[in-house]
Order: sequence, then structure tokens, then C-alpha cells
Amino acid sequence: MRYVKPESYEAASALLAAEDGIARILTGGTDVLVMLKAEMVEPDLMVDLKHLPGMHDIAAEDGGFRIGAAVSSAELGEHAALKAMWPGVVEGAELIGSTQVQNRATIVGNLCTASPAADSVPGLVTANAVARLHGPHGTRDVPVVEIPVSPGKTMLAKGEFITSIYLPARPVGASDAYLRFIPRTEMDIAVSSAAVSLELDAGGTITAARVAIGAVAPTVRLVADAGAAIVGTKLDDDAIAALIAATEAACSPITDKRGTIEFRTKTAGVLAKRAAHIAYSRAGGKT
Amino acid sequence: MALDDQAKRTFKVVGTRVGRPDGIDKVTGKAAYGADITAPGMLHGRILRSPHAHARIKSIDVSEAAKLAGVKAVVTGADLAIPDDEGFADIAINCLARDKVFYDGHAVAAVAATSKSIAKQAIRLIKVDYEILPHVTDVDAAMKPDAPAVQEGRALENVPAGMSQNVTTRCAFGHGDVDAGFAKADKIIERSFKTAATHQGYIEPQACLATLGSDGRGEVWCCTQGQYMVRANCAAVLGIEESQLRVISSEIGGGFGGKTSTFIEPVALALSRKSGKPVKMVMTRDEVLRATGPTISASMDIKIGMTNDGRITAARGELRYSGGAYPNETIEMGAQAAFAAYDLEAVETVGWNVMTNRPKEIPYRAPGAPTSIYAVESVVDELCQELGLDPLDVRLLNAARKGTLSAYGPTFNEIGLVATLEAAKAHPHYTAPLGPNQGRGLSCGFWFNFGGNTCVSLNINDDGTVGVVEGNPDIGGSRASISMMAAEELGVPYEKVRTVIADTSALGFNDITDGSRVTFAVGLATIEAARAAIREMCRRAAKIWGIDEDAVLWEDGAAVPAGPNAGTHPPMTLAEIAAVAGNTGGPIAGHHEVNADGAGVSFGVHLVDTEVDPETGATKILRYTVFQDAGKAVHPDYVEGQMQGGAVQGIGWALNEEYIYGEDGRLQNAGFLDYRIPVASDLPEIETVILEIPNPGHPYGVRGVGETPIVPPLAAISNAVSRAAGVRMCELPMSPPRLLKAMTG
Repeated sequence: MRYVKPESYEAASALLAAEDGIARILTGGTDVLVMLKAEMVEPDLMVDLKHLPGMHDIAAEDGGFRIGAAVSSAELGEHAALKAMWPGVVEGAELIGSTQVQNRATIVGNLCTASPAADSVPGLVTANAVARLHGPHGTRDVPVVEIPVSPGKTMLAKGEFITSIYLPARPVGASDAYLRFIPRTEMDIAVSSAAVSLELDAGGTITAARVAIGAVAPTVRLVADAGAAIVGTKLDDDAIAALIAATEAACSPITDKRGTIEFRTKTAGVLAKRAAHIAYSRAGGKT
Repeated sequence: MALDDQAKRTFKVVGTRVGRPDGIDKVTGKAAYGADITAPGMLHGRILRSPHAHARIKSIDVSEAAKLAGVKAVVTGADLAIPDDEGFADIAINCLARDKVFYDGHAVAAVAATSKSIAKQAIRLIKVDYEILPHVTDVDAAMKPDAPAVQEGRALENVPAGMSQNVTTRCAFGHGDVDAGFAKADKIIERSFKTAATHQGYIEPQACLATLGSDGRGEVWCCTQGQYMVRANCAAVLGIEESQLRVISSEIGGGFGGKTSTFIEPVALALSRKSGKPVKMVMTRDEVLRATGPTISASMDIKIGMTNDGRITAARGELRYSGGAYPNETIEMGAQAAFAAYDLEAVETVGWNVMTNRPKEIPYRAPGAPTSIYAVESVVDELCQELGLDPLDVRLLNAARKGTLSAYGPTFNEIGLVATLEAAKAHPHYTAPLGPNQGRGLSCGFWFNFGGNTCVSLNINDDGTVGVVEGNPDIGGSRASISMMAAEELGVPYEKVRTVIADTSALGFNDITDGSRVTFAVGLATIEAARAAIREMCRRAAKIWGIDEDAVLWEDGAAVPAGPNAGTHPPMTLAEIAAVAGNTGGPIAGHHEVNADGAGVSFGVHLVDTEVDPETGATKILRYTVFQDAGKAVHPDYVEGQMQGGAVQGIGWALNEEYIYGEDGRLQNAGFLDYRIPVASDLPEIETVILEIPNPGHPYGVRGVGETPIVPPLAAISNAVSRAAGVRMCELPMSPPRLLKAMTG
């Protein structure tokens, strides 16, 4: 395996584009090193990007935040303004692994591993987050929801990598939340998960809502019907019932060692309900 | 050696919480574990394992692997002896398969190479031609007459004709007229239970460094619970004499019974013999889970009859255990332990061992008892619920006590069950209020405890310090406890005593560290060795004083004249006697060799509160209290650690841990992500209450404490969850999908 630390984004994409064998990118390393140790992958080329400009920055931009690809989960958790604006995104990032892992793990790595159970992705999807890609043909912006295409696969072209994630600005009276189900209390992988982002008017009625679910389909899924089910409501019982029904209807999980189809579907609905209540309360809504 | 008859002996060292001798080494990283040793010219060994649950090995072609540059040796089953003894033969074919592989992960061949990466490449070049055979991994399925036979011709004579060849043993225990007893019952409950196989989950994977030269002499450094066991197994499997093999036990990163057998040491020795170089082998976590021993998996039927006022009239159990792909005796312990906590007029327990295409079972704390007692204690709890009776009162009413004819035969001597139950009843935990979706459960637990073959040497050093040499790896604080007992008996401070663990050439044979035997048996032998040294020191003092040796006593660490008739000599301390030992007859040491008897059975009671989430099936452990009779707690910190550790391991077993096999017979969760042992945040503080009902078989009253704590948690938690969820759970683990399904139908 060749380990390379390129001097620029251009050099990095050129290296990746030219590699005929298996290439892997190193920023946090919390997935790739585990895969190496488990002998799941034996890369020919390892490209270290974490020293490149902007990789470690959290920068204010147009009322929102641009987060560099090597920013760790722990750094997100310590950024008060970001956490205040997007608490659900940050809590997803802070559920990954252990405290030690969170000191290295990145949301970009979590996104590019393309696991349907990725903890930071549902929150990014409900946040309408946008990834900035750099490749041999320059840069382009792609909504996070479009990045994973199937378990372990992304839409990134050969030679492309993500340099940052943009979280947009929020109006007053808006918030988000993320919940996952794991059999333990930490150090585990989501059996099902849900993120809810919503905006309220001055009277506490929901004016906009996005719901995303994880670990219940080949990719994290944005559930438009679930979001629509609670718009115009204050999370009354009927709205919650409609939210759960829409969430469950969007699930197409598998039965495996971590859970059954039935269990994943049912808990995804429960988590969407609970996350909606948390996000509503965070946004200033009173029930 | 019986309990000292000094009424209420006042201990000076025993019972205190002295510093642990291995603490600084462990927290600074200095402690040398199995994988911490290297040797000049050392090779790295690696094992090729079967991907199939059951297959015939038609051929193994190692020629390409052997040709790879850097590969120094390749071995297969043909490089190991097949001992006449069936137990050793099973170990040999488990270390390297012969004509069949019995389970996913069964070792097939091994290489030794100059680097780990060459070894990895080399095993990929070994070509194994398998004929895949039908497999069976479920104990009930394996009992069916038409089930695929894992092995043939292994059944003992006590197995009736016409059963599946996988059934290897039948055992039965009990007394009284069970049918008449059931006729007297007001309420009878009969339930079937299943439990999954679980792993000991020690943090340190098996590791060794082995050399075996052309002169037939060898050495093994390894992480084990028994260096003499490793020597015996390796000698048998390699076909060499025990005197030619020296085995040194490393510091150990957890055992829990799982390091009471050998997997890699004979393979490393075979590779060393072939290559002429030292060979190091370190298992991966994947290998540990796939190929070292988990517990049995079990299927059980329990029937208990009770009167309206809570008296058990009869009890019957039928237990089917699978110890993996080999004959196995754990069922005997499970069947004997099942009803041990009860004083019963009529009881019958029948047990069966069944072979399946799973790895060879290796003991895990109190092997066999947690599962059978889980099933029994679940039915007792349900009877209490149905009859509206207090579960502690019912256990007190039926509790085994001194003079009880136990369900497995012996009549109990002094035992601590009633005192332990009473302590639980008096504890504030038992009456604390519960909230919605919460439930409280309890269970009794029992373990036989063991003594066994033990040697100890105790050396009086010339500077007045003391060295104890013992032969059992320290998996639970035994070095501290043994030093404390030596210090107590000699009358010297704890800090003056250092206990070390001998290699196999430095001390006579010792049984493995198992059966909660070490603090009991090695402690007993240490006390006797100290007494032998004291007798010698008294003799030396008598010589110096010119008086009769019977006229010298040992008091507070010094020889003193027995009375006025013996003269007015000032006391001679241990240090003073040691300093002049060269002038009075030479070095002073005490020895003791014994096959220790009288271990004294142990009982515990666990009390647990749980909360279940009715929407997700998640269980939270809210509060947990362990009550246990320790006989005499030599070092209370370690005793409490054993009690807490057992509870924690039991929480894992009850809620999430399980060996999950796919349709293809392959293990699905060979890693700590999906084999879910509890993490710290899953656990409340585990409260402990130590009771001390002296064991008549030990001079200080010590009972083993290491195994009983894993016995009650399964039932205690299942009873708490069943009460919280409003549905009786009869299968472990109670993982969230299983519990949610039970709650929602």
C-alpha cells in the first residue's frame, strides 16, 4: 500500500484519478483503519487529506456553516453556535463510536462510508445539507441526500472527494433532533434511526418539516409524506399517528442479526415520533 | 484441613483491603501478557480456518504456500499425534482438523513465516478441497433421529438406542416420588426455555510464543488459566514427554474459564518443530469468537408443583445442552445444580448432551449452572406470581440448609443460603418503590466450588521477607489473597510477602485455575506451608536457646518460650531467625502438597430492578444488588469485584449476548460490535453485600467466590423483565426485537 500526502486538492484528485487499484481516503480514519485491521479491504493507495487547507475549519457562510471534511465530531460538539442552530445534526455526529472515536471521526467520512445506518447522515439530510465535491474536473455541490446510492457506494466519480459540507441558515423558531435505536447505550450501530427538522410559526404551528430515516432501507431515506403529515399541526395525536404511518410506510428494511423487518419498521416510527417531539420543543413549541 | 477451632479468630491482615501487587504493572503497561514477548529469529504463525459448518476434507494442498518466500513451515492435522485418550484426541483434532471440519472456524492448517503479512498471504495459497456436508447448529434439531451426525460412535452406553448419533450422554439425578409430589400440588407450572451460547468475552485474545527444538525440548509462554494443563495437552498432542516441555503462564487479560484449554499452543509447537525457530501466534477477535469455546446452548423443560402457601411439592427438569461438536460433560453440572437451592421431597433432573456444528464448549464461570437455574428460578417466580406469594418468602420456605438432602445427592453441611435470603429481605432495595414499566426480579444461585491438586512453597528469605511460590495463574486477585493468608499465618505485614506464579518446571503439579478453587485450595496449602515454616523456625529458636522444641510457640511473628519452665528468652522474630538460618541448619522453607477437599458450596441471591420500553423492547437495568456468602472474604475488594463482574456478565447474557448462526451454519457476529457485551453506560452501580458463613473445610473459613455470581443474573433479570413487561419470557437473550414481539404479540 502506498501512503501519500498530496500538497493540494488538485494533486489529490489527480492521484485518485490515476490509481488503477483500490484507493482509500484518510481523514478521520475511524472506518478505514477498522476495515484494514479486519482485512476487509487492502488498498493499493491511501491518500491523506486532513492537512489540506480548510479541512479542519468550521466557517460561518451566508448565515449557515461550512464544515471542513476533517472536522471531528467532537469539534462539532464544542462549536456552540453550530450546535445551537443544528442540534440534531451535532447529536448524530456525537453518537458515533466512543469519545475517543469522536475525536477523530468526521461526518464526511460517515457519509462516504455510505452505510444506511450512518448516524450523522439523517440529520444532514433533514438539514438540506450540501456537500462540496472536488474532482479532476473541478468542484461541484451535491445535496447530501444524493451522495449514498447503495450500501457502501456513493455517487462520487473516480478522483472525486468531499471537501466540505454546508449547513444552511435557519429562521427563528426552527430546530432538529436525531434518535437511533441500539441494543446498548453506546458503542453500537443503529438498528433504526430517525431525524426530524422543523420550523414553527409564532403560534407554534409547524410550517415546514423534513423527516429522514436510517437503517431501514439501502440508503438513508428522506420521507416527504412524514414531513407533510405534521405540517400545519402542533403535533397533536392525529398528526403523530400520520407521521408514524408515513414513516413506517417508507421503511423497506432487511431482517438480519441486528433486527427484524418488523422491529426496524416499528421502531423507526417510534423514533420519528420521539424526535419530532424533541425538535418541536427545541424550536420553542409548547405541547 | 478443618476450620481453625479458635472461636472467633481475630484477623489482622485477612479481611483488609490492601493494595494489589499487580496494579502498578497493569496501569503502566509493564505487565507482560501473552502477546508481549518476542524471541530472536521468531516466526509468525497463522491458522487457516474452515468457512464451512460441516465438511469432509478431501485433500489439502500446501505446496504453493510452502514455496512462498519467507514461509518456513506449514502444518496440518497430520503433523499432530492422535493420542489414545479421547479427551486429548478431541483437543488434537480441534487444534487442527483431520478428515472433517466440525464448525465454521475449525482450524485446518497453519503456516509460520518471517512476517505477519507473508503468513497471511501463505494461508490464502493453501488449497483445501471440501465436500460440504449437511450441518446442524440447533440443539433440538440435532436431537432428531434424522439429524446430520456431527460425529459418529461417540455416544456413551447410557444413551438409549434409536436416538440421534449426536446424543452423547444421558444423566439423571434426584430422589423421592415425583408423581406423588405433583399430586399434592395446588398449582403446577411447566415451561420450556431456550438459551443461546455466549462467550466468556475476555479482553485478551489467546496468544503464545513456542519453541520446540530438534532435541525434543520445548518451551511455551502463553496466556492460560493452567500452565500444567497446557503442558499435558501439548505433550499429548505433540507426542513428547512432559518433562521436556516447560510452560510459563503470562499475565492474563481475563479468562472466566475460557482459558482452560489449548487452541494455538500445540500448533505453534508443531510449526516450531518443523521450522526450528520460535513461533509466535496471536488470535484475532474473529478467531476467538469463531473457534475458542463459548458456553453450551440449551433447551430445557421445567415442571414445578406448589401448594397455595408456597411449599414446593415436586420438581422435574429435562435439560438438553449442546457443548458443540464434541462429547461434553457440562450437562452433568447443569443437571446437578438446577434445584440445589431447594429442600425438596421429590425431585428428578434428566440431562442430555447433544453434538452440534458449533465450536467446542469451554467452561465459562460455573459451567452449566446459569442456564438450568435460570429455567428453574423462572418457574418458581411464575408460581409466586400466580399464587400471589412473596418470592423471597417462598425461597426461604423451601431453602436448602444444613442437613438438606440436595437434589444431586450429597447432604449439605454449613451453607449460607438462608442467611443470604434474609439479608436480601432486610435490604432497602427489596422494598423500594417501582414506577411504571418497571419490575423487580430475584434469583438464587449455587455453585459447587472445587479444591483439587495444589502445591505451594513458602520461602523465608534471609532479610526476613517471605516468598510464596504457587502454580495457578492469577485471574481474580489470588496473588494478593495468598500473600495475605501467608502474612496472617506468619504474623508479618502483608508488604513483607510476595507471591509469584511458578512455571511448570519450578513446582509440582497444580490443577488449573478453575472451580473457584485458588483462594480456597492454594490459600489452604499456603497456610499449611506457613505452618511448616513456623515449625522449623520454632525448632531453630529452640536450638539457639538450648531448649526443647516443644517448649517454643509462635506468636505475632516471633518464636517465644512456651512458658516459665522454658526459660526467659526474649522473642525471636522471623527476621532474626532468618538472619542466622545459615548457622542453625540452613535455609528455611515450608511446603505443602494436597488434593484439597472440603471446598464448601456457595450460594448467592441477586436482586434487580428493570424498566422496559413498551415501544421498543429496550431494557434498562435500574438497580442491582448482589448478596453472597463468601465464607471469609480474604480481600473484600476482590470479592466484591467478583460479585459485580458476575452480575455484569449476566446482564450481557440475559439481554443481548448470543451466538447467531445463519442458515449456512456460519457464525454471523464474530466481533464485539454484534456480539454485544455490556458497555459501562449500560450499567448501574452494582451494590454488594458479603455474608460470611465460615466454610468448615478451610482453616479461615474461606469459600470460593468466583463462579456463583454468574449464576443468578439470568433468572433475576428475566423475572424482573417478565414482571415489568407483563409477559413471561422463556428465551435468552431478551434482545429488544424478541421482547418487543413478546409484548406486542
